[in-house]
Amino acid sequence: MTKTTDIVALDEWYAIAVMADVGGNPIRTRLLGQDIIYGRGPNDRVSVHEVDASGRPGAALPTRERYNCLWTSLGAPRHEIFRLAEAEEKDRRVVVCGWIKMRTSGLRLVENFLDMAHFPYIHPNILGAEPHTEVPQYASEIRRDVDEVWATNCQFYQPQIVANGPGGMVQLTYRVPSPFVVMLYRVCPSSPDRLDVIMMFIQPIEEDLCRALPVMYLIDDRSSQIDLLNFEQVIFLQDRIIVENQRPLLLPLEPRSETPTRADLSSVVFRRWLKEKGLRFGTAEGGRDLV
Amino acid sequence: MAKLTLYDYELDDQCYKVRLFLGALGCLYDKVAVDVHPGSEHRSARYLRLNPLGALPILTEADLTIYGAEAILTYLALKYDTARVWLPEKPETFGRIMQWLAFSGSILSAASIARAHALFEIEADETKVYRKARLAFRLMEDHMTKQQFDDTFWFIGNTATIVDIALFPNIALSRDFGVDHDEYPALRRWMAHVRGIPGFITMPGIPAYH
Ligand SMILES: [Fe+2]
Repeated sequence: MTKTTDIVALDEWYAIAVMADVGGNPIRTRLLGQDIIYGRGPNDRVSVHEVDASGRPGAALPTRERYNCLWTSLGAPRHEIFRLAEAEEKDRRVVVCGWIKMRTSGLRLVENFLDMAHFPYIHPNILGAEPHTEVPQYASEIRRDVDEVWATNCQFYQPQIVANGPGGMVQLTYRVPSPFVVMLYRVCPSSPDRLDVIMMFIQPIEEDLCRALPVMYLIDDRSSQIDLLNFEQVIFLQDRIIVENQRPLLLPLEPRSETPTRADLSSVVFRRWLKEKGLRFGTAEGGRDLV
Repeated sequence: MAKLTLYDYELDDQCYKVRLFLGALGCLYDKVAVDVHPGSEHRSARYLRLNPLGALPILTEADLTIYGAEAILTYLALKYDTARVWLPEKPETFGRIMQWLAFSGSILSAASIARAHALFEIEADETKVYRKARLAFRLMEDHMTKQQFDDTFWFIGNTATIVDIALFPNIALSRDFGVDHDEYPALRRWMAHVRGIPGFITMPGIPAYH
């Protein structure tokens, strides 16, 4: 496909690579239907360029290095990349989990990330377990001052809150700072006055194809790196099967025909937010226009 | 400490072949998790010493190091299945088992590549590996159609062998790279039987219920 004409999507920032993988050899990838190329030039300067129709590097794109990743935009972002205060704390363990590609709209992935009801069924004995299937009342809202979606006061019973850890009621806060970035704050089991942060950066490749990278900022000096990676990747692959089998692959913004349950609140708010923004890329409504 | 050690990556289909068989045999073993993605630890000097091909699974026992799923299955069967159920000695059966293990290590490996490409963006000629993987599944489907016509549920003979273990993971995980099971009814029936093997375990991508 070709570069989207969706201004709302074009003007966002997207993580496209882990900084450690940005080297002298230029790497080609695709963002919002547009081929781009990135790499490190002389003086260690990192650049991202569009690749034009003849296969040559074209316009230089804006870049940022944030949260261990290289970010870029195909448009003119009206704001900086979201701020994560926890990332500035020096004692944090940063775990970059590795990109995984998925045949679905990136927005489906965000919606799946926000959904707690699936934990006991899709991540049995990790993030949930029967019979603890109830999603207690939580709040979800569009925060107008920052233009983000937040879900607060979320609780759920988890048999393994951290890798190989004990189970219990976990306290979660969800945040969607931009349409293709989603994260959760989790009350840290080992120091309850602090929050672990688990983010998911999504690179929308095409309307129905994306790659996603979980990045975690944890308070954890106990778990091994490999245990943390495995924990997150196993969960991620379990979700991948689900989102790749949802139909349509593109996210419908119109309310679902069936009455949403209490557990769907975040999804309803997220879809409403996208609709208000006028985002079309990766949505069932926008997808139809493009065909 | 168990004397068997499996160098393992949870999301790897070849490692799953070995975990599946160790489960079926009821063998105790130690698992060493290797950071394949994103760390590429299997290609580090430490692991190249164990397997110069830079791939998992690797199994060690005392002074022995053995790598490659089919070789490990064969070793484990000879060593721990004294009843010779999983790897019968009868020449005709043994020959056919070797034939299908070679199939698993050659043409069927296209399915592993296709999956690694779809998940982890491992470079591959997509058209070519998908075509090859589908051809492998077609040959398996044709074989199992015949077997089921002869009233057997298994790939070879009337009992499960290491061939059933070696061939199960790639087709069971084919949805990871967009190949649905609808077009393989005989393999679906067969997979239901493999799931019934005592000690059967799943991995991410293979739902516990279906
Ligand atoms: Fe999930």
